[in-house]
This record gives sequence, structure tokens and C-alpha cells, in this order.
Amino acid sequence: MKKSFLFISCEEAKHICDKTQYGEATGWERIKLALRLSWCRVTRAYSNKNNKLTDVIEHSDIDCLKNDERSKIKQKFEEELAKHQ
Amino acid sequence: MAKHQLNPNNWIDLYSDYLFNYTISRVNDRAMAQDLVSETFLAGLKSMSNFKGEASERTWLVSILKRKIIDYYRKINSNKGKAEVRMTYNNDSETEGDWLEERVADPFDKTAEDKIENTELGNAIYDCLAKLPEKQAEVFKMKTILGYDTETICNELDITASNLWVIIHRARTALADCMEENWF
Repeated sequence: MKKSFLFISCEEAKHICDKTQYGEATGWERIKLALRLSWCRVTRAYSNKNNKLTDVIEHSDIDCLKNDERSKIKQKFEEELAKHQ
Repeated sequence: MAKHQLNPNNWIDLYSDYLFNYTISRVNDRAMAQDLVSETFLAGLKSMSNFKGEASERTWLVSILKRKIIDYYRKINSNKGKAEVRMTYNNDSETEGDWLEERVADPFDKTAEDKIENTELGNAIYDCLAKLPEKQAEVFKMKTILGYDTETICNELDITASNLWVIIHRARTALADCMEENWF
């Protein structure tokens, strides 16, 4: 099927919606998403849920270890673990 | 038989991020938080024989971490002078009267209640993250919590950009459903 330059599938809309959460959707993609959102209930429900998740994560101020930081802790721990086993 | 058992081989993968998040919100120093988490795992290893199996592994490790955090604060406040609160009022006559405004409570400042809610919210997110497949959780954390750009994650994990977005989509859907059930 030929791909429309303006009308997008629900799957594509969800993909753009995900990219929007990280500020990585282009202006044109956002226009296509907005058009889809205006008439598709499924996309709208997904978008609402997705926005809510982003809000909640931003609000929580959660943090985690970077890979190299975790590796350092792991290395030290495994050396100690080897002595115990 | 004990309800829970310890398996230290999985500790780092399962609990390091949770414990780090718990610590950083309390000590506000990234390097110190890493040290405290590392010390917690080592202390856990040494005192495995004291584990009765009544609490989960994570709860038990958190109880060790709590003691580590208390010890840390005891240490930095051990010099009497450091615990003193010093306030310097402005002697400048031009700004006279401003002191009241400066010291009035800021309504936008975070209250203890906000902090408790944030901590609970953080725990709820980590509980949901723990239910995701390992790869999904890792990609989600790198992209959403650490804020890495797509290219960096793709290079580090050796995946394509489209692969990354599929993983992100699955992780976000599962997380949103889990949060819907447990938080919203």
C-alpha cells in the first residue's frame, strides 16, 4: 500500500508519540501526529497515557547508575564475592 | 523454612539502581551515594548469616543501607562546629527591611510531604521497572532517566535506532500499564 505523506497509521503515530516524549520528533512528524490525534481515539488514549508517564517520571526525580558506575561497583563486589565462595 | 533467600550473584543487577536512587535522594552527592551502595553490598555479603528470611532481599539490603547513611551523617557532623547553624543578617542600611521577605517561607519550595511522595513515586517506578525484561529496563533507564541520546545508546548496546524505539515503545507501554495499576 502506498504511504500517505500526511495520513499515518496508528503504529506510526505511536512511534512518533514516543519520540515526542524525548523531544526527538521533527516538526512535520508532530503535525502528522496532531492530525491523527484529532480523529483517532486509540492514538489519543495512547498519547494521554504516554504523556502521563513522562510527567510522573519527571515529577519523581528518580536517578540511576551509569553503566561505568555500576561496573565499578560490580567489579569490587565480585572480587569480594569470589573470596566468600 | 525461610520465606526469602539470598542470592548475592544477582544483587548488583537487581538492586543497585534502586539502592542508588534511595541514597542519592538522601545524600545528594553522586560519588558518595555510589560508595554507600558499594559498602552496603559488601556489608550484606559479610552479614549473610544474620539474614533470617523474613524480609525480602531488597528490604534487608535497604535496612543495611539506612544504617550506612546514618553513619555517614554521623561522621560528617562529628565535629561540633559543623552542626552549628550560622545566620548572617545584612547590615547594609539600603536593604533594611528586606530580611523579612528573604526569610519568609517559599511556597514553591519542596516540603517534606512532597519529598515523601517523590520517594514513594520513585519506589513505584522502580517496582514496575523490575517487572520489565532486563534489556527493556536498561534501554529505558538510559534513555529516560539518564537522558542519553539515541546514538550513544545504540553504540553502547550495539543496536539500531529502530530497534531502540521498538524497545522503548514496549517498555513505555508496560510501565504505563503497571503505573496505572499501582499509582495513578
